[in-house]
Order: sequence, then C-alpha cells, then structure tokens
Amino acid sequence: MRAPSVFARAIGRGQAGLAGARAARVLPATRLGGPMPWVIAIMAALTVLAAGGALALANFAERTRAGLEGGLTVQIVEADPAARDGQAARAAQALARQPGVASVRPVPRDELARLVEPWLGEAAQSDAVALPALIDVALAGPADEARLSRLRSELARVAPAARLDPQADWLGPVFETIRALRWLALTLIAMLTAASAAAVWLAARNAFDANRETIEIVHHLGGNDTQIAGIFQRSVLIDSALGAVLGAVLGAAVLVLLGERFGALQSGVVESGSLSTLDWLGVALVPVVMVGVALLTARRTVMVRLGRML
Amino acid sequence: MAGSEDIVRFDNVGLRYGIGGEVLSDLTFTLHAGRFYFLTGASGAGKTSLLKLLYLAQRPSRGAIRMFGGDVITLPRARLPALRRRLGVVFQDFRLVRHLSAFDNVALPLRLSGVREDELRQPVADMLDWVGLGARSDARPATLSGGEQQRVAIARAVIARPELLVADEPTGNVDPEMAVKLLRLFEALNRLGTTVVVATHDVHLLRQVPDSLIMRLDNGRMSDPTGALRYPPRREPAPARA
Repeated sequence: MRAPSVFARAIGRGQAGLAGARAARVLPATRLGGPMPWVIAIMAALTVLAAGGALALANFAERTRAGLEGGLTVQIVEADPAARDGQAARAAQALARQPGVASVRPVPRDELARLVEPWLGEAAQSDAVALPALIDVALAGPADEARLSRLRSELARVAPAARLDPQADWLGPVFETIRALRWLALTLIAMLTAASAAAVWLAARNAFDANRETIEIVHHLGGNDTQIAGIFQRSVLIDSALGAVLGAVLGAAVLVLLGERFGALQSGVVESGSLSTLDWLGVALVPVVMVGVALLTARRTVMVRLGRML
Repeated sequence: MAGSEDIVRFDNVGLRYGIGGEVLSDLTFTLHAGRFYFLTGASGAGKTSLLKLLYLAQRPSRGAIRMFGGDVITLPRARLPALRRRLGVVFQDFRLVRHLSAFDNVALPLRLSGVREDELRQPVADMLDWVGLGARSDARPATLSGGEQQRVAIARAVIARPELLVADEPTGNVDPEMAVKLLRLFEALNRLGTTVVVATHDVHLLRQVPDSLIMRLDNGRMSDPTGALRYPPRREPAPARA
C-alpha cells in the first residue's frame, strides 16, 4: 500500500478561523439549549411591546407638547359682567397688538357655558353663576418667561382682573407621568435584555459542560479560543435568531392590533401616539440587538471558561 | 536522518497534582529533531504524565521546558494553540469526537489549520486507507472496535504531519500485525523529519525500530539507557538495544 499522500504535501498551519459548516461539524447537530429559543422569543416579544410603548408615549408627549407649547389662556375673573366683558375686549385687543402673538380668540360665552354645564347644570347658562371670560392665545414660538412677563404687564395695564396661564403648565403633571412611564419602559427593556443575556449565559455554560470532552479534544488538536467560541456562537446565532424573530413578529402583531384598537377610538390624543415608519424601524432593531447581545454573551461565557483551561 | 537540533528540552522538571507528592521528579533530558524515542516504564511510572507535559496539557510544578526553541512555561496561553498544531497526539483513550465520523475525526486537525475541504478530502481518504479503515470512513466511533478507534486516533494524529508525534500506548488495542504496520507508519513519518515519542510497555515493539532511543521512567524519575538524552549528550545517539 502506498503511503498516504498527505505525507508528501506541506500542510499549512495557520490560524484560519473554523467557521460556517466546518464549525457546525464539530459540535453535535442539536441546538444549544432546548428552551433557549423560546425564552428569547418571549423576551423579544416583551421587549418589542415595551419599545413600542415607549416610542408611542414619546410621540404622544412630543406632539402634545408641540401643540401646547405656544398656547396661553387668559381668564378675566370679575363678578361684574359689564366690567368683565369690557376688560376681556381690551385684553384681546392689547394681546393682538403684541409681537409674537399668532392668534387671539375670545371664547364665546355659550361655548364656555357648554364646557362647564356637566358640572354646573342649567345654572351655567344664566348670569347667576359668574363665569370668568376666557381668551385663547397662540404664540408664534414657545411661551418663555420673558414673553409671559411682557404679556402680563400689558394685561395688568388694560385688564387688572386678567390671569394669564401657559397651557403647557396644566399638563405638566401629565408630561411628568409620561416621562416616568418612558423611563419605566426603558428600564423594562434593559431588564429584558439582561434576562435574555442570562438565559444565553446559562445555555452556553450548560452546552460548554455538555460538550467539554469535544472541546478539550479540539483544544488539544490546536483549536484556539476564537475557533472554539465561534463554534458556540454559530449555535447561539441560529437559536437566538429563531427566537428573536419569532418573538419580534408576535410583539409587532400585538402592537399593530393595539394601534388599530386605539385608532378606532378616533381620539386625537390617542392617535398622536401612533408609531411612525422610523419608529417601526426602531422596533425592527429589537431582534437584531437581542441576537447581538446573545452572541456577545455566548462568546464571553465560552472565552471565560476556556481561559480556565491551559 | 534529520539533524540533531533540540526539539524538546527538560531541565530539572517536576510535576505534582494538587498537594500530593511529585509524580515526576528531576527530569532533565533533550529530544533531538528527527529521532524516534520509546518511553517505557511500569504502570504508574509517570509515562502519561510526562506525555501530558509534552503535548502541553499540563504545566510542570517546577523546572523549565523548552519546545521548538521557545520556553513553554512563560509562553502566553494565547500562543499555545500554534504550538499544539506542531504536535500530533495519540491518546491512550483515543479521545475521538463521538458524534463525528471517522473521516471527520481525521479531518479535524486539517480543518483547524484552515485547509480547504477540497484539499483535505483525498489525504484523509488516503490516510484512512492506510490504517485499513477506508471502507469505514462514515462510521461513528461507537460503531468501531477498540482497535479501529485506535487507528482512527493515530490517523488523526499524523494527518497534519506534525513535527513532534506523541503516542500513548498506540498499539495497545491492535493485533500484532496491525501494531507493526502502525509502527511502520510512525517510522515513515519519522523519516520525513517528525520526532516520534511512543510510550509503551511492550518490549517486543522496541525491537521493531532499530534506530530508536529509549527513555525509561522509574517512579517518576528518568533513566537513560542509551545515554543520548542528557544535554549535552554523553555520546552520539546510538541505535537502541532492547
């Protein structure tokens, strides 16, 4: 029998990566850890919901704030109807003359009465209840302190009973709540990401222990840490990609369903929280980021354990 | 015969596991490139421990080891894989990857070295033919007999033409005819420049390789029947006498 031809050829001994199908042959064909794709899928679905919620809240806050940013309400709190109407007319004229004021709209008496009717009943329509006169003012820009101070001075001169309130102040607590909810959503995303990483860490650790004998053989044959970690990363890539895509699709479907339900309410406030194309692209990044986190976690886990071997 | 360049040098090496006593003590010897060595000794003499030091599975508790001109004690861990690729190892328990076929087990060192699939197919097939397993290349280790597994392990160890081949009882599970055949394979590799270290307690095997040198371990200490292991050698390496 002739000698094997390998003896006659020089074999390169580089540090070429063991990757792709070649790497897949080294570990058993089973995936890393049975429940891992499902855990990742659940985490991805929850993360997509949290991300969608955070983005919707951000949109709602942004659009509402933009709508109220330059809005002011002037109240003429005066019991005498003649004096109240006179001051209201003077105030409206004075405000309309001020630079930076986009529009001035005195709220008609009957519109005001309709607004308070649910609380005051029929009495709101009579002069028995002294309702203040209201003027809606829209500024061309934001209602900063300098502008407000100037307007207040002007109002004090022509209508001593006038009180000026930026509309944004009324919704301050609402914005604070929205901000808190956004932080809550972001914290939730961070916790879900950490939980996903922990699941991958456990799966990679178990897989490492289960395949320890094979790893030691590869190690003794000259496989370096990067090659061995690459073998695990391939399994993690497949498992986490399957789970993340499945979870993201489920989460996105729930977001679409919720969007349609809220849209059916035909409320401008709710619709202001709808997601834009850019937001959906952000949501689509969730599975990508989860797969990235899973790969980094698996790599780190395996590298740390390999580091304990000679 | 290759020149007498030092490929491995042990200086006052000792090895202990945990807090036990030393299983290897005061080992000082040199292995020359291109020579064929038999490592003998009774069971428990420390042969496998010495081989572990040679194939870099273990660091010594004391002393210095130089391999291929470099100090392996201080060598950073990240550089050990490159050194291991210059070695071929036949483990006493074969250590085949259970879920891989005989072909894939033999191909593993080449794949780790980055050899392309189309380049490795023929050499691996030739090697399996050489060890008499050409027809069983798709078989998993569990379906192979002990002797067949040993031949796959040997094929895997020599396929990448290592500079140093370390074999722990490589003929322990094969019939005498196959044992001689495998030794011929080691000799062929040796003639191409590979330094071969074969641990065995089979004295009949020693006669089969006339130019071999003998290292003998007794209770973890090296005796040097040929006088060629010291550095500098007491005399020119001479053919072994069994």
